[in-house]
Amino acid sequence: MANYSIQVNDKTYEVDVMDDMPLLWVLRDVLGLRGTKYGCGKALCGACTVHLDGTAIRSCSFAISAVGKGKITTIEGISANGDHPVQQAWEQYIVPQCGYCQTGQIMNAVALLKSNPQPSEQEIEQAMQGNLCRCGTYNRIKAAILSVAKA
Amino acid sequence: MNIPTSNKKELKNVTSQVFKASRRDFLKMGGLLAGGFVLGVNFFGCNEKGEKITSIAPNVYLQITSTGEVIIITHRSEMGQGIRTSLPLIVADELGAEWSKVRIVQAEGDEKKYGSQNTDGSFSVRMFYKPMREAGAIAKLLFMQAAAKQWQVPVAECDTAAGKVVHRRSGKSIEFGKLVTTAQTLPIPNVKDIKLKERQQFTMIGKATPIVDLHDIVSGTAVFGIDTVVENMKIAVIKRCPVLGGKVKSYNDKETLAVPGVLKVIPIKGGDIPPTIEKPLSGVAVIAENTWAAIKGRDLLDVTWDLGEHATYDSAQQLEELSKEILKKGTIRRNRGDFDRAKVEAKKVIEHTYIAPYLAHGTIEPPNALAVVKNGKCEVWAPTQHPQGARDAVANALGMPADEVKVNITLLGGGFGRKSKPDFIVEAALLAQESGLPIKVQWTREDDLHHDFFHALSVQRITATIDQNNQISGWNHHIAYPSISATFDTSVLQPADGELGQGASDFPYDVPAVKVETHDAKAHLRIGWLRSVRNIPQVFAIATMLDELAEARGLDPVKQALELLGDDRAITFDDEIVDGKYGNYGEDISVYPWETGRMKKVIEKVAQEANWGRKLPAGSGLGFAAHKSFLTYVACIVEVKVGPDNKISIPHVHYAVDCGTAVNIDRIKSQFEGGAQFSASIALKSEITVKEGAVVQNNFDSYQIVRMPEAPQQIHVHIIESEDKPTGVGEPPVPPFTPALCNAIYAATGKRIYKLPIDLKG
Ligand code: FES
Ligand code: FES
Repeated sequence: MANYSIQVNDKTYEVDVMDDMPLLWVLRDVLGLRGTKYGCGKALCGACTVHLDGTAIRSCSFAISAVGKGKITTIEGISANGDHPVQQAWEQYIVPQCGYCQTGQIMNAVALLKSNPQPSEQEIEQAMQGNLCRCGTYNRIKAAILSVAKA
Repeated sequence: MNIPTSNKKELKNVTSQVFKASRRDFLKMGGLLAGGFVLGVNFFGCNEKGEKITSIAPNVYLQITSTGEVIIITHRSEMGQGIRTSLPLIVADELGAEWSKVRIVQAEGDEKKYGSQNTDGSFSVRMFYKPMREAGAIAKLLFMQAAAKQWQVPVAECDTAAGKVVHRRSGKSIEFGKLVTTAQTLPIPNVKDIKLKERQQFTMIGKATPIVDLHDIVSGTAVFGIDTVVENMKIAVIKRCPVLGGKVKSYNDKETLAVPGVLKVIPIKGGDIPPTIEKPLSGVAVIAENTWAAIKGRDLLDVTWDLGEHATYDSAQQLEELSKEILKKGTIRRNRGDFDRAKVEAKKVIEHTYIAPYLAHGTIEPPNALAVVKNGKCEVWAPTQHPQGARDAVANALGMPADEVKVNITLLGGGFGRKSKPDFIVEAALLAQESGLPIKVQWTREDDLHHDFFHALSVQRITATIDQNNQISGWNHHIAYPSISATFDTSVLQPADGELGQGASDFPYDVPAVKVETHDAKAHLRIGWLRSVRNIPQVFAIATMLDELAEARGLDPVKQALELLGDDRAITFDDEIVDGKYGNYGEDISVYPWETGRMKKVIEKVAQEANWGRKLPAGSGLGFAAHKSFLTYVACIVEVKVGPDNKISIPHVHYAVDCGTAVNIDRIKSQFEGGAQFSASIALKSEITVKEGAVVQNNFDSYQIVRMPEAPQQIHVHIIESEDKPTGVGEPPVPPFTPALCNAIYAATGKRIYKLPIDLKG
């Protein structure tokens, strides 16, 4: 066990956890930030996507010891009232079905649009391929991202 | 679906009655505010003559508070199909409520209060459409009467809209909230005296209404099973025997207990045969302060197993054996005409074997459940499709009366049939009892894929004959797969009527000789039901064979289907089914008939919308399939493009659907969009295999589902306007997509598909 000081959503947290504990479980079990989901634990589904200094990472496969001074942003931190333009687009296109994968999808989409504000359809497909949706909302996700890109 | 635990039998022929909730009823209800005006709806089972025979319990509550808030207690599990939106919107529309003031409260699992809550079989809207409308209409009439009294005008001059009663002539209006006190004192009108809205008066039914949980989901505050917490909660991760029926012999937990955060190791008795859906598997649970410590501790457990009778099981070998078995004579389950003679007299005989693998549900939220056992009571929080089944299973396992068990339903991160089995909830309850701690059992993805209730592998053979006049004269369908019933009774070796009635024994086409035969197939895994169940392998075989027949006859497959359906009429199957009955998805076939005319209409619609018959460039093709399941008529046309590297892409999918009255257009569309993606995974990607009794696939790298780049790109859903009783839309999109895709691939490449998942290199 070791003591870590991490920055999450512009707040500093002190946590006392095992070195190899994935960030996902630190967020969910220790900090109570449960908008970030568990789906596979092996960087295969994207449900656990958060940002490290603005870049999308799979928090299930990212040990707390690797976070360092990096700034973590979770779904709880991208907007004050769930009204980030990407979240609004998600509501407008009624993207979610069960909704479970959607926070990861949104975090991945936000990171994509940050690095590439005008992605083509193909670029969206490539960037989003790490995020699984068993309910099959892919086409609405794509439409929602395109609508933000155009705006 | 032939699901032994389902309560659907009780709910057949249901009538309902609206009543004013008394103070006593009122106190029993969780979730309602004190005060206000409350209606309950009672449900009764009926006999054939429509006489009430059993009271099924008050099922639904509707409260209007003095601030005008409309609270609807909904009692069906939400797992992506939008039911928490669709049911309340039916009431709200009929009542004339303002949607923004409608609040949905999720009822706990309590059969006495809410009747059966089992959410499967595309059942919810079908069952509750009329009673929900009547409840809304009765509340509306009471408010109009209250307003009419106050204004001294005839009730007939009043109407409701946007949460108010309006008097058309004077333009006066008054909010529901202000009428609550008066409305409460009025007697409940007879259902016969109320007038339901005409179709063109609907403001929400048949329109696109966003789901109620939308904002919570996108902001990350929606609470799924995995997100529930109680004070002092501990996490349990379980190492279960990799082989069905295997048991723990001994274990060493020394290294496990050395992991910081691990508290306890508790063995779980289980591994019974038959497995049922409620008993735990044999295993060893690691209880820890957090999920990571539990996972680490579990990985370090050293368990010796007694693997039992399935330890040598190999799924590839079973497929081989069944492929031989299927060539023999089987048990005849449906018989019309004389197939053997048709075969002798045939000009041409076409015969193929169709193979499909085991599938896992792979809900992105793996199974999990939280249980607290205290003072002889148990409270559970779980993503469950069947709270009462869970309650009874927990009560049984803990040896307490069902009344002492309370099941709270959370949102479900996908269900697809997995979460109607309560095994994982029982695990949590047992561990909570044993440890004296609040326990959340968390399945990892690996656990989920290794220990699912699998969609069974399948081998089928169809022999079809064409006579001298180029007509299809005979159809012989052989079927072999382990039955879902074997999960409850290992002596069952052949498919149940309910399983055959998903495409095979209800083969609707007008062929003079039809024979369906089944063969023995032993279950070596827990077999369960997965979105659309046995329709998947049965319709894969049937609809691809029909395409091949059309080609052999020099006919267009769409024209052939229309011809084979024959005149508009209602068809029955019972007199041809041998020693059994056609299940019709639990519904009386005189109430929900099989109508060829409705099927033809969706076929014509899809052909027209997809511009069927158009020329496509080389390497592209269109494929067609049509299928009725869960009482809903669906036709599907898939456009495929196959690259030189055999890369398959799907630019367009067209569906036409007749699901009776369309309640929430947007959620019907989204179910079809998702259904196409779900079926695309089945067609292109997913396969569970078993070696030495254990599932080979561990995670989403080896058990694959479609990802965005390969997913069907544009899914067009054409809904037939209808005033018929609404039927389900969760499962019906799945079956026809896969064969339509296979037929499209044939059109594009000349390759026929006989095995899933599709492998064009093979
Ligand atoms: S949980 Fe991290 S990628 Fe699946
Ligand atoms: S919305 Fe259910 S998994 Fe994506």
